[in-house]
Amino acid sequence: MGGGVKSLAIKVRDVVTGFGDRVVLDHLSIDVQQGEILGFVGGSGSGKSVLLRTIIGLIPKRAGTIEVLGRNLDTLDDNERQAIRRRWGVLFQQGALFSSLTARQNVEFAMRENLNLTDAHMASIATTKLAMVGLTAQDTGKMPSELSGGMTKRVALARALALDPEVLFLDEPTSGLDPISAADFDILIRTLQRTLGLTVFMVTHDLASLHTVCDRIAVLAEGKIVAIGPMAAMLQSDHPWVKSYFRGRRAALIEPRTSSQSH
Amino acid sequence: MTGLLSSVVANHKPMLVARGAWTARNTRELAALITGLPKLSGPQSQILDMSGVEELDTYGAWSLDQLIRARTSLGETVEVTGLAQRFTGLVETVVQARKEQPIEPPRESAIAAWVIDVGRTTSEAGTDLKYLLNMLGAVGSALFAGLKKPSTFRLTSTVHHVDRVAWKAVPIILLITFLIGCIISQQGFFHFRKFGADQYVVDMIAILVVREIGVLLVAIMVAGRSGSSYTAELGSMKMREEIDALSTMGLDPVTVLLLPRVMALIISVPILTFLGSMSALYGGGLVAWAYGGMSPDIYIARLQEAITLDHFKVGMIKAPFMALVIAIVACAEGLKVRGSAESLGLQTTASVVKSIFLVIVLDGLFAMYFTAIGI
Repeated sequence: MGGGVKSLAIKVRDVVTGFGDRVVLDHLSIDVQQGEILGFVGGSGSGKSVLLRTIIGLIPKRAGTIEVLGRNLDTLDDNERQAIRRRWGVLFQQGALFSSLTARQNVEFAMRENLNLTDAHMASIATTKLAMVGLTAQDTGKMPSELSGGMTKRVALARALALDPEVLFLDEPTSGLDPISAADFDILIRTLQRTLGLTVFMVTHDLASLHTVCDRIAVLAEGKIVAIGPMAAMLQSDHPWVKSYFRGRRAALIEPRTSSQSH
Repeated sequence: MTGLLSSVVANHKPMLVARGAWTARNTRELAALITGLPKLSGPQSQILDMSGVEELDTYGAWSLDQLIRARTSLGETVEVTGLAQRFTGLVETVVQARKEQPIEPPRESAIAAWVIDVGRTTSEAGTDLKYLLNMLGAVGSALFAGLKKPSTFRLTSTVHHVDRVAWKAVPIILLITFLIGCIISQQGFFHFRKFGADQYVVDMIAILVVREIGVLLVAIMVAGRSGSSYTAELGSMKMREEIDALSTMGLDPVTVLLLPRVMALIISVPILTFLGSMSALYGGGLVAWAYGGMSPDIYIARLQEAITLDHFKVGMIKAPFMALVIAIVACAEGLKVRGSAESLGLQTTASVVKSIFLVIVLDGLFAMYFTAIGI
C-alpha cells in the first residue's frame, strides 16, 4: 500500500463533535502519517477518546471530514465501510474482550467472520498471535475473567491485530498497568509496529510511553490541537498546558529515567 | 502461472516457487497448496524461492512456517531463499512465536464428551444440594444472631424488599390468579354440566384454589419475578466485587444482603397467596354467575360449605416454606456468579428453573404428608 513517499493513514479535517450544547472537538484537524506512532495527549475530559471514537465511527460528528487509508468514511457504502473496518484494529481501554469466549476464541472471532479458514488453522494462527503478544500456551484457553489486567490488554491487542490491520487505534493501552508491565507493553507495541509496519494512533496519559514509543505527539486542549511534533518540540513549546504537562513535577520525575533508558 | 506456490524442476532439481500476495485472504488457498505438495522422490531437500512474493503478513509468515513444518515432518529439508529484507523480521517473529506452540491435545469424541457431561452434571447435583443446605444454615444462623441481638437485623432493608416483592407484585398476582379462577370455573361448568354435576363445580374451585393452585401459582410467579431479580442483583454485586467489599468492612454479606431478602419473601408469599386465592375465588364466582347461571348468593353459600379451615390452613402453611426455597435458591445462585456476563445469565436461568422445580417437589411432599395425617 504505502509507496516510497509517506502517505497519510488518517486525515482529519475541521471535525466538530459535541454532546448536547457542549462542543468537545471544535474544528479539529490532524494528520497521521503511514508507519508512524502518534501519541495523543490531553487533560482528562478534553476529548481524546472522543476523537478516537469519532474517527472509528462510534460517535457521530457534526461537521468535517475524516479519511482513513485514503477513503472518506462518509461517502462509503456499507460494504466498503466494512472493508475499511477490517483494515484497522482497535484496543479499547478496558480491553472489551467478549466475556463468554476464551482468549483464543476472542482472537479467532474476527477470522471466523472474515476469512475462510479451517478450525485447526484458525486455532494455530490465533495461538501464534497470542504468543507474539507474550501469552503462554496455557493462558490461551482462559476466560477473560481469569486473566490479569496486563494479560487482558495483551489479549485485546492480539484481537485488534487478528486480521493484520494497517492502522491500530489504542485507547490508553498502559492505563491500569504497573510500571514494569507498562514498559513491557510499550516495547511490545514498538516491536509489533516495526515488524508489521503498522500505523499507530495512541491515546495515552503515560509520559513514559510518550517518551519511549511515540514518533510524534499531538496535544489536545480546548477542542483543538495546540501542539504537534516530536518530544523535543513538546519540551520547547510555550503553550501553558503543554509546558505544565511535559515539564511539570511528574514529568521531571520521569524524564531522567526514560532518557537514560533510551540511550 | 500465477500460482501462489508451485513445484518446478530447475537444473534437474525440484524447487518450490512462491509468488504473489501471501496474505490473510489467500491463506486458505495456500494451506491447500501446502498439503497438496507431492513427496519428493529423489534428494530430500529443495529450495523455496520467495523472491516473487510481493506482500506478506502474519498469515503469510504462518503459512511459510507451516510449509517448513510439513516438509520437516516428512523428513525433508526446505531452504528458503530470496525472502525480501522487509519481511524477514516478521517471519522470524512468527517462527519464534510458534516454537513454544504445543501440539493440540486430541479432542474427546462426541460420545465421550457426552458421557463426561452427564457424569459432571450428576455429581454437580450433589454438590448443589450441599451448597443449598449450606446457604440455609448460614441464613438460619444469621437469623438466630439477629434474634439474640435485634439491633443487627436490617429492618429497613427488609421492609424495602417486602415493598418490592409483595406490594408491587399485587396487581399482576391478582390479575393472573383471577384469570386462572375464571378458566377453572368455566371449564368446570362446561364439563360437569354434561352429567348434571353443576353444583359440585364450586367444591372443585374451592379445594383446588385454596389448597393447591393459589399457593403454587403465586410461588411460581414469585420465583420468576423476585427470585430472578435477587439472583441478578446479587450476581452483579458479586461481579463488581461489592460483596467482597462488604466482607472486608467487617460486615457479613449474609446478614446484610441475604437475610433481609429471605425474610421479605417469607413475609410476602403468604400475603400474596391469600390475596391470590381470594382473587381466584372471585373470578370463579363471576364466571359461575355469567356463564354457569349460578347466583352469587348460592356460590358464596356453597363456598362456605366446601372450604373448611383445614383446607385453608393446608394452603397457607405451604406458602412460607415455598418462599424459603425460592429465596435460598435465588441467593445461592446469585453468589455463584463469576466474572462473565454469560455466567450471570446462566445463574439467573438456573435460579428460576431450580426454584420452580423445588417448589413443585415440595408441594408433592406436602401432599403426601397431609394425606398421611388425613387432612
